[in-house]
Amino acid sequence: MAEVAGSVRHPASREGTPMSGVVALAWRQYRLERRLFWRNPSAAFFNFLLPLLFLAFFGAILHGNQHDLDVIVPGIAGMSVMSTTFTALAFNMVFLREQGVLKRIRGTPMPGISYLLGVAGNAVTNTALQIVIITVAGRLFFGTGWPRDWFELVVFVAAGVVCFASLGVAFSHAIPNFDSAPAYVNAVFLPVIFISGVFYDAARAPGFIKGIAQALPLKHVIDGLSGAMVKGTSLAANISALGVIAAWAALGVALAVRGFSWDQRRG
Amino acid sequence: MASVSELAIEVHALRKSYGDFEAVRGIDFHVARGEVFGLLGPNGAGKTTTVEILEGYRERSDGAVSVLGEDPGERSRRWRARVGIVLQTTGLYRHIRVREALAHFAAMYPHPRAVDEVVALTGLGGKEDALVRTLSGGQLRRLDLALALVGDPELIFLDEPTTGFDPAARRNAWETIRSLRDLGKTVLLTTHYLDEAQALADRVAIIKDGRILIEGAPRDLGASAGTAPYLVAYRNGDGHLVRRETDDPTTLLHELTGDALARGERLDGLTVTRPTLEDVYLELTAGDREAEDDARVGDA
Ligand SMILES: Nc1ncnc2c1ncn2[C@@H]1O[C@H](COP(=O)(O)OP(=O)(O)OP(=O)(O)O)[C@@H](O)[C@H]1O
Ligand SMILES: [Mg+2]
Repeated sequence: MAEVAGSVRHPASREGTPMSGVVALAWRQYRLERRLFWRNPSAAFFNFLLPLLFLAFFGAILHGNQHDLDVIVPGIAGMSVMSTTFTALAFNMVFLREQGVLKRIRGTPMPGISYLLGVAGNAVTNTALQIVIITVAGRLFFGTGWPRDWFELVVFVAAGVVCFASLGVAFSHAIPNFDSAPAYVNAVFLPVIFISGVFYDAARAPGFIKGIAQALPLKHVIDGLSGAMVKGTSLAANISALGVIAAWAALGVALAVRGFSWDQRRG
Repeated sequence: MASVSELAIEVHALRKSYGDFEAVRGIDFHVARGEVFGLLGPNGAGKTTTVEILEGYRERSDGAVSVLGEDPGERSRRWRARVGIVLQTTGLYRHIRVREALAHFAAMYPHPRAVDEVVALTGLGGKEDALVRTLSGGQLRRLDLALALVGDPELIFLDEPTTGFDPAARRNAWETIRSLRDLGKTVLLTTHYLDEAQALADRVAIIKDGRILIEGAPRDLGASAGTAPYLVAYRNGDGHLVRRETDDPTTLLHELTGDALARGERLDGLTVTRPTLEDVYLELTAGDREAEDDARVGDA
C-alpha cells in the first residue's frame, strides 16, 4: 500500500502542486533587491547623491530667483526619474549579465517577468524616494511650495518610470560589456538632460534643440512635472506630453522584451 | 535496451556550429534515470557546448535531444523546476548572504529542500551568514552546487563542479554526488579529473574535437579501447624500469619470475595493474600532445 502510494504520489504531486505565483515571486525578488541595494552603501550613495547635489548647487546659485528655481526643481525631478530608472537599470542589467547572474536565474523556474518586475520595482522605489525628497526640498528651501496637483504628479512620475525603466532595460542590450557601460549610458543621459531643459527653461532654447527635445520623452516628463509641481496646469493640458511618453514606453517595452539576452555572448 | 521513459537524456546526431567552426560534430549518447554519466575530454572538446544545449541555454544546429522527455529548447517552467544546473562559470549577487541566497532560490521551486540540509550537504556549515563576496573560490563553487540542489531536482547538470576545490573538498563533493545517486537522481557531469570520473560515473564518454571517441563503464573502457587489459612493470637487473602489456598475466609472471630466479635476480618494484581510465584517456587524446610536440619542434 505504502509502496503504491509512494510511486503514484511522486509524479502526481509534481504535476499537481501549483508553483508560487508570478506576483509572489516578483515580490520576493523586489524585497531581495531592496535589501541588497541598502547593503551596498556606495551604490546607494551615488544613486541619491547626484540629484541632491545638483539641487543643493543650483538652489544656492539661484537663491532668490524664483523663476529659475521654478524651472530647476521639476527639471531635477525629471532627471531623477531618468537616472533612477534608465541609468540604473542599464548599468545593473549589463553588470548582472556579465556576472552570470541573469543566466543563473534563467536556469530556475522563476518566470522572467517576475524577475524583471522585481528589479524594475526596486528602481521605481528609488524614483519615488527621490521625488519625495525633491518635493520636500522644494517646499522647504526653494519656495516652490507643495505641488499644485498631486494626482498629476503621480501620473507623470508613473508614466516616466515605465518609459525610462523599459528604455533602460532595452538599452542594456546594446551595451557590449560592463567596462563600456558608463560611456554608453552617459552618451545618452547627458545630452538628453541638457537638451530637455533640466537646467534651463526649455522655451528659451534655440529652435533645433527644441525640435529634438520635443521628440524625446524627458522634456515631456519635465513639462508634466512642472505643471503638477509649480504651474498648476491641468493634466488635460499636458495630455499630448503623456502621449509622447506612452509612445516611447511602448517602444521601450517591445525592445526590452525582444532583445533580452541573459548571457554575456559578446565582448 | 532501456525503454524511452527510463531515459533521462537522449542525444542523437547532435551538432553545433559557431559560425564556420563546428564545435560538436554529431554525437550520440543517452543517460538512464538514476545514472551518473561523465563527459570527459580536453579543453575545447565541446563538453560545455553539449551540456548547455541540454540545459536549454544554447540552440543546437542539428540533431535531436530530449531531456526528461522534453525538448530543452522549450524550457517550460515545470521542466526547469525538475532540473538543477551548475554552470562552468557563473556569478551571484556580491552582497547576498549564503542562507539568504539559498532561501531565495528555494522559493522558486515547488518542492525545495530545507536550506540547512543543503548547507550541511555541501559543506557550507558556518558560512550561512557570510556575504558571497567574502567567500573563497572553492566556497563559491560549493554554493553553486547548493543552489543547484536546493530545488530538489531530478536531474542535475554539473559542468566541472569541483574545479578549484582542495582535495578534502573534492572528496566531500564526491560524497554529495554519490548521495544524489542514492536518492535516485540523475547526474550528468563534465570533468577533467579522471579519478573523479572513475570514482563517480556509472558510465563515461570521452569526447574530443566534438566527437565521442569511446563510451562505457570506466572499468570496461581499458579493454574496449584496444589497450592490453594488464600491465606488468618491474626493474630489471640494471635497475631499468620494464613495462609489459599482456592479456595473460599468470603466464607472463610465471615466465618472468622463473627467469629471474634462474639468474638469481629479484624483480624489484613488481606490479600488476589494469590500465586506468587515465591510461585510456591519455592514449585516446594523445593526438593532441603529439601535435603540440611537433609544433614545438617546428618552432625551435
Ligand atoms: N559562444 C561561442 N562562440 C564561438 N565559439 C565557441 C563558443 N563557445 C565555445 N566555442 C568553441 O567551441 C569549442 C568547444 O567549446 P566548449 O566550451 O564546449 O569546450 P569544453 O569541452 O567545455 O572545454 P573546457 O574543458 O575548456 O571547458 C571551443 O573550441 C570553443 O572555442
Ligand atoms: Mg567547458
